[in-house]
Amino acid sequence: MPSQLVDKYFRAEDLPQIWCPGCGHGIITRAITVAIEQLGLEPDKVCVVSGIGCSSRAPGYLDFNTLHTTHGRALAFATGIKLANPDLKVIVIMGDGDSTAIGGNHFIHACRRNIDLTTIIFNNNIYGMTGGQYSPLTPKFDKGTTAPYGNIDRPFDICDLASGAGATYVGRGTSYHANVVTSLVKKGIMNDGFSLIEAISGCPTYYGRKNKKGGPVDMMQWQKDNAVTVTAAAKMTPEQLEGKFLIGELKNKPEPEYTKEYQKIIDNLKGSDI
Amino acid sequence: MSNKVRLMQGNEACVEGAIAAGMKFYAGYPITPSTEIAEISAERLPRIGGKFIQMEDEIAGIAAAIGASLTGAKTMTATSGPGFSLKQENIGYACIAEIPVVVVNVQRGGPSTGQPTSPAQGDMMQAKWGTHGDHPVIALCPSSVRETFDLTIRAFNLAEKYRMPVLLMMDEVIGHMREKIEIPNASEIEIVDRKRPSCPAEDYLPFKPEANLVPLMADFGAGYRYHVTGLVHDETGFPSNSTDIADKLIRRLVDKVELNKEDIITWEEENTEDADIIIFAYGCVARAAKTAIKILREKGIKVGLFRPITVWPFPEERLIELSKSVKTIIAPEMNLGQMVLEVERLCNKHTKIERLNKVNGEIIYPEEIVAKIEEVL
Amino acid sequence: MKNKSIKGNEVDHGKLIINADWCKGCGICTAFCPTKAIELKNEKVTVVDIDKCTQCGLCELRCPDYAIYVGRKKNEQ
Ligand SMILES: Cc1ncc(C[n+]2csc(CCOP(=O)(O)OP(=O)(O)O)c2C)c(N)n1
Ligand code: SF4
Ligand code: SF4
Ligand code: SF4
Repeated sequence: MPSQLVDKYFRAEDLPQIWCPGCGHGIITRAITVAIEQLGLEPDKVCVVSGIGCSSRAPGYLDFNTLHTTHGRALAFATGIKLANPDLKVIVIMGDGDSTAIGGNHFIHACRRNIDLTTIIFNNNIYGMTGGQYSPLTPKFDKGTTAPYGNIDRPFDICDLASGAGATYVGRGTSYHANVVTSLVKKGIMNDGFSLIEAISGCPTYYGRKNKKGGPVDMMQWQKDNAVTVTAAAKMTPEQLEGKFLIGELKNKPEPEYTKEYQKIIDNLKGSDI
Repeated sequence: MSNKVRLMQGNEACVEGAIAAGMKFYAGYPITPSTEIAEISAERLPRIGGKFIQMEDEIAGIAAAIGASLTGAKTMTATSGPGFSLKQENIGYACIAEIPVVVVNVQRGGPSTGQPTSPAQGDMMQAKWGTHGDHPVIALCPSSVRETFDLTIRAFNLAEKYRMPVLLMMDEVIGHMREKIEIPNASEIEIVDRKRPSCPAEDYLPFKPEANLVPLMADFGAGYRYHVTGLVHDETGFPSNSTDIADKLIRRLVDKVELNKEDIITWEEENTEDADIIIFAYGCVARAAKTAIKILREKGIKVGLFRPITVWPFPEERLIELSKSVKTIIAPEMNLGQMVLEVERLCNKHTKIERLNKVNGEIIYPEEIVAKIEEVL
Repeated sequence: MKNKSIKGNEVDHGKLIINADWCKGCGICTAFCPTKAIELKNEKVTVVDIDKCTQCGLCELRCPDYAIYVGRKKNEQ
């Protein structure tokens, strides 16, 4: 029997996952189930929705109500689920390309509505599933199969994007800092509104290889070396922070939640003549 | 309670029909000439405890409607021309994942932005072939306000029964036309609900078909935790690379409609018993055809009407039969010849087929049909 | 719908349990084990010295394929 956690929340008969050796996605998927375990959510009431990509294969391995949708559209499907049945806890898993390229419009609007969805973006800085093309999160000058001479696009900062668009809870973790991911997902689920957790993941097969960043261990080591917690960063100079990125809670500013606001309309109309 | 008589627009009748059928959720994006469907849904749904949401685009509209359907709600999205193009990928998703949803297309002139406020029938083949891959299609086509009410209910019933998207192919004329209609009492309306499992959760196979080829559908949250994907999958719902499973799944999806055609197909005939000539028309063009028949009958020309109500699947058998006894079939369409391709394919051997096409944004007038028939006599 | 019978080749080392069938040999657990209680052999994780293992759980936390996890807790032994 696998570990209690895996036995309880995974469709263990389908493991191991299709992912490549050392792909960060498996670590983050597990971190999400730890959050669910710690919150004691009722599995029958949990819904996990994804788009298309390597990351989006995660829900298939999880023993909840799971929905693997079309590329980029997970948040739109999830919005329908949540609005139709607000009793469900809806968790959305997307890749960086899935969420910010083809799904970018759905992403900003889900943030704006502040609908109670907990979204985890598995950011591996590349299109993994289709073989290593550059994504809106590929750093400038890095390589992808469609950026053979280096990427000249400027990348998004997913967390800034979410904050700016109105997400009420925002945080960042990494596959190395899996415990941080767990605690952010937990708080994200507890936030009654739209929560965005960026989980930096490693794609050793394409991003790693294309950019000579080494194998799985090197990618984890890179995360370890370059992530700075929000608290530590407060005491650092801009020079010290050069090339680093923040992890931890970046925004926690609750606002009225969408489905609750809609319910108010329904309640106000009750008894009014039809 | 006596039946209510009300003057209403086709688009309003669509919403009234949807609500009578049990619609509890609408998601869409405004576009002329379907916008009133969204506006009236926004007004009506919260009053009955339902939900309306205006999404960021048409892709999101159908996606949210499909998501909501998985929780057990009856759902609809409506659009026109450009929006219908945007919805195609997720129509295919609803086909393979077997999720009931009603998709309304109030047709306008295309391609692209085309003629936003003009009627057209240019999306009839898109309804059949718009999404990629082999897939089942049910598309209904009303030609009056009252029929819009009835066919919207039928669209929900068929979506629930066969677990698939059902397309309601209206046009600008039907959508905006006002007619007095008698709204039937709830007790007179047949309502079909999807079949849900009652077995223990461990025994539930979400994609194992029943005798009518349709699997039982559990609501998300009802205690059957299962997986839904747009990938080819086996009866458990999990993706499969087996060629056998792929073959079986795609054939079953298409056969849900193919083998249940008799239950699905409907059409209308008028004056066909003694007809020498048949007008093949649907949607708003069928109305002009009816007037043309009157004019021509007065002149002693025996003309009848064959009007497919279910445009997909196409009412093949009856049309073939009729074609054997008539000299000509005239197919007026507000496109450059779409459904006539089916007529030609099926009836070529038996009779002569004449087209009458218009794409200038105007309706087809009865006189034009009369002139065409007199010309080919 | 969940089939609980898991095929697998689990070995119980007391403090640690390893399922070699699921291990893809990525080396993450061994690289970040603070005590070097485990190492890779023939692209599979193996125990070098179980006594060194402090059951800190980091290998379990970071194994992408759930092939290694902490067994009975110290105080139960
Ligand atoms: C409409 C559409 N366009 C393109 C694709 C091809 N496609 C599948 S996954 C993918 C990108 C995946 O990258 P990302 O979202 O970053 O996830 P990852 O695979 O890296 O986890 C693309 C382009 C598709 N499936 N559908
Ligand atoms: S291609 Fe990259 S993202 Fe996809 S499974 Fe392999 S390592 Fe992970
Ligand atoms: S539990 Fe800690 S000490 Fe033991 S093998 Fe795992 S990482 Fe090493
Ligand atoms: S982290 Fe997991 S898969 Fe990787 S070597 Fe260790 S046990 Fe094997």
